[in-house]
Amino acid sequence: MAQQQTPARPGRSLAILALAVIGLIVWAFWPGVPNSPQLGLDLRGGTQVILKPRALNDQTISDQQLQQTVEIIRQRVNGLGVAEAEVSTQGSGNNAAIIVSIPGVSDNGIAESLKQTALLDFRAVEAEAAGSPQPLPTASPSASASGSATAAPSASASASVSASASASQSASASASPSPSATGNGAPVPNLVRAATTTPSPSASATAGPTTTASPSPSASPTTPADALIPPIQSKTNDVALQKKFLELDCSVPGATSGGTPDDPAQWLVTCSQDGKAKYLLQPAFIRGTNVTDASAALPQGGTTYTVNLSFDTEGQKKLAEVSQNIYQLPPPQNQFAIVLDSLVVSSPYFREPILGGTAQIEGSFTQQEAKALANVLKYGALPLTLDLSQSTSISPTLGDDQLKAGIAAGLLGLILVALYLLLYYRALGLVAVFSLVVAGIITYCGFVVLGRTIGFTLTLAGIAGAIVAIGITADSFIVYFERIRDEIRDGRTLRAACDAGWVRARRTILAADFVSLLAAVVLYLLSVGGVRGFAFTLGMTTLIDIAVAFLFTRPVVSVLARNSWFAKGGPMTGLDPQRLGVDSIPTASTTRRRSTSSAGKGA
Amino acid sequence: MSRFGTLGANLYRGQVSYDFVGKRKIWYSISAIILIVAIGSLLFRGLNLGIEFKGGAEFLVPSSSATINQARDVAVKAGIADPIVTQLGTGALRVQTRPLSLAETNALRTGLGELASVPASDVDAQIVGPSWGADITSKALQALIVFLILVAIFLSVYFEWRMAVAALVALVHDVVITIGIYALTGFEVTPATVVGVLTILGYSLYDTVVVFDKVRENTRGIAGQSRVTYSEAANLALNQTLVRSINTTVVALLPVVSILIVGVWLLGAGTLKDLALALFIGLLAGAYSSLFIATPVLCQLKERDPAMQAVRARVEARNAGRMSGKGSGSLAVMEGDEGGPVDGQDVSGADLAAQVDSDVEAAVRGGGGRNQPKRTTKRKR
Repeated sequence: MAQQQTPARPGRSLAILALAVIGLIVWAFWPGVPNSPQLGLDLRGGTQVILKPRALNDQTISDQQLQQTVEIIRQRVNGLGVAEAEVSTQGSGNNAAIIVSIPGVSDNGIAESLKQTALLDFRAVEAEAAGSPQPLPTASPSASASGSATAAPSASASASVSASASASQSASASASPSPSATGNGAPVPNLVRAATTTPSPSASATAGPTTTASPSPSASPTTPADALIPPIQSKTNDVALQKKFLELDCSVPGATSGGTPDDPAQWLVTCSQDGKAKYLLQPAFIRGTNVTDASAALPQGGTTYTVNLSFDTEGQKKLAEVSQNIYQLPPPQNQFAIVLDSLVVSSPYFREPILGGTAQIEGSFTQQEAKALANVLKYGALPLTLDLSQSTSISPTLGDDQLKAGIAAGLLGLILVALYLLLYYRALGLVAVFSLVVAGIITYCGFVVLGRTIGFTLTLAGIAGAIVAIGITADSFIVYFERIRDEIRDGRTLRAACDAGWVRARRTILAADFVSLLAAVVLYLLSVGGVRGFAFTLGMTTLIDIAVAFLFTRPVVSVLARNSWFAKGGPMTGLDPQRLGVDSIPTASTTRRRSTSSAGKGA
Repeated sequence: MSRFGTLGANLYRGQVSYDFVGKRKIWYSISAIILIVAIGSLLFRGLNLGIEFKGGAEFLVPSSSATINQARDVAVKAGIADPIVTQLGTGALRVQTRPLSLAETNALRTGLGELASVPASDVDAQIVGPSWGADITSKALQALIVFLILVAIFLSVYFEWRMAVAALVALVHDVVITIGIYALTGFEVTPATVVGVLTILGYSLYDTVVVFDKVRENTRGIAGQSRVTYSEAANLALNQTLVRSINTTVVALLPVVSILIVGVWLLGAGTLKDLALALFIGLLAGAYSSLFIATPVLCQLKERDPAMQAVRARVEARNAGRMSGKGSGSLAVMEGDEGGPVDGQDVSGADLAAQVDSDVEAAVRGGGGRNQPKRTTKRKR
């Protein structure tokens, strides 16, 4: 019978659970890290955009195309300057969806700017400088965090364009190596053209009247960098623009986020993508649409990759013209910049005039770097067309209301269930209520910890899942309690009934919970958006239910069964003999009189 | 017996017994009528699909003095014909329109914001492409099929294929009824509704699994005896788990009802309400079907089994023998039932309970061979 399989060691189970719960609580409420669940956009306000990529001519979408698209979108989202914006994909191939979550911003316009095709320009370089103001020798150690303190020169620094293959040393040591790994006494880089900058608070804050700044004030309270930073542009290379070039600090958050379309007919001041260099650029001479093909290649005998480019007729003409004009100029004016979404991807210099319509960008590219650059050039536009599948913007007010409503519903549900259990099962009901509370604590801590570790966000649907799970969890206890009552009706002592009932209830609970879990897993794997949050909580709470039933409810009932008051089955224990329909709950001695075998097992 | 509490005991002993299995024709007829109405509504009325399925834009204007007509005028002035404006329980206005361009969206948002004297960013907006709902639906169908296959496999392994079939029949029954009620009442179908319906799958099966577990327990070793038929044993199992089924349903419904109440009161509409409504309907249907549909269907399937037919024949022969007053001493005694002579009454529910119980006892203790005082359980009170 029961005892043979599960020696009743309630103390051990409870100790294990207590340790686990305390560990979880400590983990969840560890000081210095977020101690509340990460809330979804529907609970704190924000905009969620779901985009569906579509390949031209109904071809299958390759992972690479999808990745490229996501990268470009991520860059654009970062351009919004919002903290914690997220870009993720779900599914693959033609079923893929790109989900962009932008907390704190309630603006459907974002959807439009995200799905538009990327802008790719070729601009001649007028001036180039290191990306951020140089730290003084007494610079704080945080300089190492700015990302500009790496020793490797950026690809843009050593790339050159030629009509034929030939290795050449870069003439423009623009992105200067500043090996300040220790963070103090960083040497001033050797090329600091116009580096007499003073740190300016923000690039966009200094936008003068001559720029084409499109004011986009943000209502969001998070960071000052929230607003779309407009490209710094001017119709002519005027003093104001040059001043802004000098003041531009590419290490300021948001300065390298790009994402905002620039006017190709105007001059542009901007940063390189990695923020290591800044540029003053002439109006575009070639647009991305002029590029017909781009590919990465390993030249014969070469050890580093190059990017081969070909242009359409217009592009060829322009390229020939510009390259002839500038290839003999001193650096950096012999360079041109490849500008994607207002940020410089690469700025090779012309080694010679490109007259044939095909060019080759050389540099010490790895295969990956070359491929990335080729992709940018080739897809100048997004590699895929994006359809707007859904765009939801929720104001923080509504988000707050929804959160409150969710919590209210949860509490109300919990109270109602607790009342019912207490009314029907009395003392046993109290065990059930405590079990629910334990499950609730584990669930909440689980939300906190998972939010921190795997980025789980709690949505309204997730809260609903957790509330619905109250029912499933309580049901496990009901199954067990009814079994105990059945066993007592069969004439067992309370202790024997608790054990025998558990053996049978356990199987039922596991089977039923397995079905629930199956539903949750299938829903999670095959669904999108809010459905996933719901499925995740449902699955998680099902597992917690099993843990609580095994490690809490069952041992506590075991302990109670040894209690003499409880074992007698008074009206408040929930095991009132009258209600159970027996004369009295047999004690070990009465059972022994009736049946030696039963009592032997029960004792 | 007047109290619900003692009812459980009487149900357990079989002193009170509802004939779920025997009266299956009644239940089947009731279900058939509901299903016909459901499918009919679905075919002729169709579902009231939310904008997520049709594509369109939805705006939520915070509670203000603005009226439905004013909001409609704002939309029409912005060049958007036939907006659907509804006032929610919270006083907020919901404006639904055809799919809008970004410019139209912003214009309407600003207009509605001015109407309610709030900044445009406080007007919640949702734009949905027409493909979104289709995606959700196809994903939901995919999930449904995969889930059904997996569950069928699990139930076949854990129980047997007949139980899997019966459980799935009950499941389809619940889902069709739920969808039918949506068609009949014209409740709006949103992605949250779809989630709710999918969750019903898990719930409905959960309930059925619990009942079937008891049925299996009661029918273990049934082929070797001649006192109860499969249907009788299964019906007893249903009665024995009836209190649990009721309690479970109540406990499952309470949180759902609280979501429903809070969702309607505090929010007026949206995810919470849609989800809870679908769950509420589905749970009721699920509770009904696991009692009135799943087990009767299982019994019908089981009774076709030659082994069970043999049992039935023996039971009937035995009962006929009793009727003719031969007494009970000459009866075949099943394994594990080496107890004393059966008293001379007809096979009552109580007798059946004790009988089934001792079978279980035998099974749990790993077969017969032990002396068991099964009659001690039979007390008249």
